[in-house]
Amino acid sequence: MTRLLIAVFVLSAARASQAQTPATGAPAGNADEGKKLFASVGCYQCHGLEAQGSSATGPRLGPRPLAFAAFSRYVRKPAGQMPPYTAKVVSDADLAHIYAFIRSRPEPPKDVPLLR
Amino acid sequence: MSEKRSVDRRDFLKTAAATGAAAFAPAQTSAAAPQADPPVADEAETTDRPGGDFMVDVLKSLDFEYVAANPGSSFRGIHESIINYGGNAAPEFITCCHEESSVAMAHGYFKAEGKPMAVLCHGTVGMQHAAMAIYNAYCDRVPVYLMAGNSLDATLRRPGVEWAHSVQDAAAMVRDFIKWDDLPFSLPHFAESAVRAYKIAMTPPMMPVLLVLDGGLQEDPITPELGSRLRVPKLTRASAPQGNSAAVVEAARLLVAAQTPVIVADRAARTPAGITLLIELAETLQAPVVNQGGRMNFPTRHPLNQSPNARQLVANADVILGLELTDFWGTVNASRDALTRTSRPITKPGTKLISVTALDLAMKGNYQDFQRYPEVDIAMAADGEATLPALIEACKRLVTADRRSAFAARGKRLAEAHASWLERARAEAAYGWDASPISTARMTMELWGAIRNEDWALVAESGIMSDWTSRLWSFDKHYQSLGGSGGAGVGYGAPAAIGAALSNKKRGRLSVTIQGDGDFLYAPGVWWTAAHHQIPLLAVMHNNRAYHQELMHVQRMANRHQRGVTRAHIGTTIDNPNVDFATIAKGLGVHAQGPITNPNDLGPALKRAIDVVKRGEPSLIDVVTQPR
Repeated sequence: MTRLLIAVFVLSAARASQAQTPATGAPAGNADEGKKLFASVGCYQCHGLEAQGSSATGPRLGPRPLAFAAFSRYVRKPAGQMPPYTAKVVSDADLAHIYAFIRSRPEPPKDVPLLR
Repeated sequence: MSEKRSVDRRDFLKTAAATGAAAFAPAQTSAAAPQADPPVADEAETTDRPGGDFMVDVLKSLDFEYVAANPGSSFRGIHESIINYGGNAAPEFITCCHEESSVAMAHGYFKAEGKPMAVLCHGTVGMQHAAMAIYNAYCDRVPVYLMAGNSLDATLRRPGVEWAHSVQDAAAMVRDFIKWDDLPFSLPHFAESAVRAYKIAMTPPMMPVLLVLDGGLQEDPITPELGSRLRVPKLTRASAPQGNSAAVVEAARLLVAAQTPVIVADRAARTPAGITLLIELAETLQAPVVNQGGRMNFPTRHPLNQSPNARQLVANADVILGLELTDFWGTVNASRDALTRTSRPITKPGTKLISVTALDLAMKGNYQDFQRYPEVDIAMAADGEATLPALIEACKRLVTADRRSAFAARGKRLAEAHASWLERARAEAAYGWDASPISTARMTMELWGAIRNEDWALVAESGIMSDWTSRLWSFDKHYQSLGGSGGAGVGYGAPAAIGAALSNKKRGRLSVTIQGDGDFLYAPGVWWTAAHHQIPLLAVMHNNRAYHQELMHVQRMANRHQRGVTRAHIGTTIDNPNVDFATIAKGLGVHAQGPITNPNDLGPALKRAIDVVKRGEPSLIDVVTQPR
């Protein structure tokens, strides 16, 4: 059990670290930098500051987003109501930071009494 | 100068006619003669029976509980009659700080009470302030009984302000978005028009009506001769129009034969009976119901409530019944807000569309709230709720044993889907649970935990807070949800909630609203009204420190134009400095707490606030929230 807790701690610490281990196909990104970008370029407006999503404006994005290639493709050329974010206004590097931030979002708490 | 008004309006008319005739007669008087009214013998300074008293008699016959107003000299006569002659009861004068608040209070009150509130305002500056709220009520098909003061006789106006507060046609400014108006020229005329206005306002489609009250009519004494002619006409409410019987049978035939029918309801349930009827129709057909939220149409926890799955249900439907839809076209089409605007049907080819709406009986042209033209297969120009009994009976007559068996299987599938949607919503609500600013899901569920065992009524605009309330709360009573503003004119939320809370007060219901920050700032004086009149209301702020809808619109433009995407907050956010809403509320006499940023502080704050509300007072909690 102790070993498991240590493993969980290490994983959490890794998630909180500056350099995020990239998911398959994702460039390396910095979650802290991504957090700032998520707010400044307006992602939070529809998806919430925690990327938790809203039924009214935009879906939840984290902590397990689409694969980076699909994520990037959608951001650049969305099919639905989302406005496009081209590389001119959000670079590929910035997008990688944003992706790292989304992946770093915590899992929701289990068994919340108010949600029973 | 004498200011004795004519005693009898007929005399005034005669005088006016004579004056008009004189204008074409050879000049009898010198152009240089001084302007002066003729001397009046035996000038009376008092009267114990002004016209306003009779107006109050008529208003009492119409059973008005309240009249909301910001005081104005153009209706000082009827104001005094209400508070003295009428005893300030039925109607009781509700003091408002802005005419927009008066009308929006009446708007919210009607949806909780089922009968209109009267509103008094100046025919000029008051109507100008009231106009947006009147438009909201018009778009929301809500009757508001408006009375506007005016001073018609130019020769009797006081110099200065009374001229600025007089107008030839006071109703002109709002005539595009009210149902009917009149300018009574005598007290008997007032009596007929007052009763007629009530009848028109309350006949579906319901809308605001306006009577313009001349100052002389309110203030002049009722002579014995005039008094002998005064009577209050009988009010007979018009029954709501029902759908044509052949159209009802054809609609029932389509619905019973359908494999994938969907019932969509917007402003369908006008009364508690409307909910019962819609449940009966849905259960008869075991058909899914999508509640668009214009009214409390259908219980949220009923297994046939499939509102979260609206898009897919519409896409798969072979028959769609729309009951009092604001936007049938928008229900069956998708449109995209991009540089090139596009739209496409989301229904399958051949899907039959059935519309029942009283709006087909009355629609105006200038203001465009009527949405795109829907190409339906059956259009009943009729009231949705009034048509349901016949439609239910027609469906029941057509249901065979085979169809009943198919319906049962469909109902089972839908119940499973309903349970699945509820579980999914609960799971989604947990994301961002401990975040600060506080997530809208967390705030919604902290509030639900605090009120769920009370006789509660959510008097907020529907759809606010990412629809978490309708997704996770159990609504089953007609007063628990009141729909939206209608015209999306911001500033409706607070006064409408306070108006609805005024209705709920006498029934001991716990009124609860979710209060937007931008909405709060339009006319915050209405919180003083709530404190002054001891209107119990729990207000929990959804303070995202922005006009967030507009922020998203500007962001869309910035993304489209590619000149930078980081400045959409300019002109759209409400920060720097942050508004201290609790301090504002306290200054207006309202118990208040906040700003609350830690989600763990919310539960205790709600408990304290509910204790205050149960003592009969309003209480506000400023909660800093996620944007949506």
